[in-house]
Amino acid sequence: MNVEPRPVAGDLQTEPPGVEKETRGQQFWQLFGQNHLAMLGLVIFIIFFCTALTGLFLTSGSDPVFDPALVRLQEKLRPPLAKPNFQTLKPHEVPTLGVYLFGTDDLGRDVFARMLQGAWVSLTVGFVAVGISVLIGIFMGGIAGYFGENPIRIDHILVGCLLLSGAAMAATGLILVGVALPVLGLAYIFFPFLTKKTSAKRLMPTRLPLLRKRAISVDTLIMRLVDIMLCFPSFFLILTVVALLPASIYNIMIVIGLTSWMGATRFVRAEFLSLREQDFVTAARALGVSNLRIIFRHMMPNAVAPVLVSATIGIATAILTEAGLSFLGFGVPPPHATWGNILSDGKGFIFDAPWLTFVPGFAILIVVLSFNLFGEGLRDALNPKLRDGS
Amino acid sequence: MLSFIGRSVVQKTVTLFFVSVVSFMIIHLAPGEPSQVDPLNPKFTPEMVERFQKAFHLDRPLYVQYVYFYRDLFAGRSVSWRDNQSVLAKIWERFLNSLPLFIVGTLITWTLSFPIGIRAAIFRGGLYDRSTTFFSYLLISIPGFFFAYLLIIVVVNRFHVPVIGMETFGLGQAPWPTLFMDRIWHLLLPSVLGATGGIAVLSRYVRGQMLEVEGQDYVRTARAKGLPPEQVHYKHALRNALLPFVTMFGLILPGLIGGSVIIESIFSWPGMGRMAFEAILARDYPVILTVNFVSAVLVLTGTFISDLLYLVVDPRIRL
Repeated sequence: MNVEPRPVAGDLQTEPPGVEKETRGQQFWQLFGQNHLAMLGLVIFIIFFCTALTGLFLTSGSDPVFDPALVRLQEKLRPPLAKPNFQTLKPHEVPTLGVYLFGTDDLGRDVFARMLQGAWVSLTVGFVAVGISVLIGIFMGGIAGYFGENPIRIDHILVGCLLLSGAAMAATGLILVGVALPVLGLAYIFFPFLTKKTSAKRLMPTRLPLLRKRAISVDTLIMRLVDIMLCFPSFFLILTVVALLPASIYNIMIVIGLTSWMGATRFVRAEFLSLREQDFVTAARALGVSNLRIIFRHMMPNAVAPVLVSATIGIATAILTEAGLSFLGFGVPPPHATWGNILSDGKGFIFDAPWLTFVPGFAILIVVLSFNLFGEGLRDALNPKLRDGS
Repeated sequence: MLSFIGRSVVQKTVTLFFVSVVSFMIIHLAPGEPSQVDPLNPKFTPEMVERFQKAFHLDRPLYVQYVYFYRDLFAGRSVSWRDNQSVLAKIWERFLNSLPLFIVGTLITWTLSFPIGIRAAIFRGGLYDRSTTFFSYLLISIPGFFFAYLLIIVVVNRFHVPVIGMETFGLGQAPWPTLFMDRIWHLLLPSVLGATGGIAVLSRYVRGQMLEVEGQDYVRTARAKGLPPEQVHYKHALRNALLPFVTMFGLILPGLIGGSVIIESIFSWPGMGRMAFEAILARDYPVILTVNFVSAVLVLTGTFISDLLYLVVDPRIRL
């Protein structure tokens, strides 16, 4: 959440005095604290984080404190806060708390234990998926915004096509051609490096001039890619890929991440386009600071605010998407509990055992709501227009 | 103007081509074969699999399959692998089922969000504003399937009407008001559910636009002239705040074919979403790819229309 670049010795960027720095952070917290809903969201988020973490430890291992997979067929569909029937249960089957806090499901499994286990799934899916999408977004947006004007020449495209089609052919079975094409492409890339050392630099202009013609800029290429990705109906695309791939939680995280990076790309690009023209970047460039250093030390800290906001809201969306997938039966494979599949399992009993719908439903609602409120509060607090007190 | 139209048509065609390539690759490079959907079925002998593969060109290399598939699609000849019906006819039939949901849902969204958003903006910071803010966050955050079950429990317990499916089964000879009300009840819940997210987002957007315009100088001038507040709000502010929403008419176009998978499966509504879902389960590639292609066309057309509308509505924009 640290918006300001941290001072580093030797960096010629003028370091703000410590006092002023503190007031900036204090200003943020003051603005953020005024927003009660956002504070509530933050508090709920912290509680949820702790619950998920302790839930992971309490429900995993060979002898967990709360066993989410323990089937007690004689105790099925008990309402919340019901006392277990001690006569029919073996000692190890008695729930740890002495009551079924959230009731039991149709197999007599303790819903409280299953909810604890599912919390971790929701948390990791949200964070990993958004982590992937933010990383891709920063990378693509950074390139588009910073190196955007650089043209891509036709030979670049040809090499790219060679590499891609080679990979595709290797994937479909034509190993020989599949290896030959990328080798050809790589040879084209490294040929100048090899020749530069030995002979004169005359080799470059002698090549076909057509190959060195400029086709499109990097920026256009990346933004067209974003357009292409935006054409897919996102939930449908995720559903297709998840249904075709073997069921696993990692696939879901990766697929959600790979289909939601477009927003972050656009934000980072827009920020970079405006930051690139500013004086401190020009100054850094004049000092001979390397491109990577300018990007990561000078520009990124200033561009990260909108990404942070969209990431917070993205976590909420990812949790909802995972719950939706689990609900349709494409989530995490069955013995493992997630909030979506607890709800999905309980849908056959909505009139007999409504707690199987209400408990996971409200849990998802509260967690997603807290992320949304927190994200919106963050947006307001980081907004310079509001900071000046308008 | 003409050059703008020409340029975007070319650009969107190129985008569409890449979308078709990418979706084809995603589906065909995923592990598993469509001919092995049902390996336990004793009727599925190796000869059957071979005949199946031959009939649908599955034994040819990928790029040949790609050309075959899109040739068939544009000629309107592509058939579903599951039941050999024409894909376009199938989609059209399901589309007609989804259409009422879409129309009612869109109407609910647009008629509710404008009054809510405008009122929230006029009474900024008041109780009404804060409560609608909170409720719109609530509506964005609530999982659709959970909300669906809440509504089902409430409606079924209080009004004792059946809501699952498109109509009550076996109502055949009932008088028409009963049939009509039956259809309305079945239509109501899924379309309300489809509209909730839209209401929340759109009303926030209306509020934001309204607030921005209310801060402009000409609104202050109008107020300083001593115009009555209604005239300031509805004549000076609202008209200008409406500008971006004209373009949103283009953006609701993709919703035509979207159809929520989750809501349609909960309510057993035989619409587009359900069909796409079933096609995914059965690895019915022609149906999946066609749905994807049509929806990409609609997205691109939608953005194109909204660009054009912007051009028409806002005289400041010159290309």
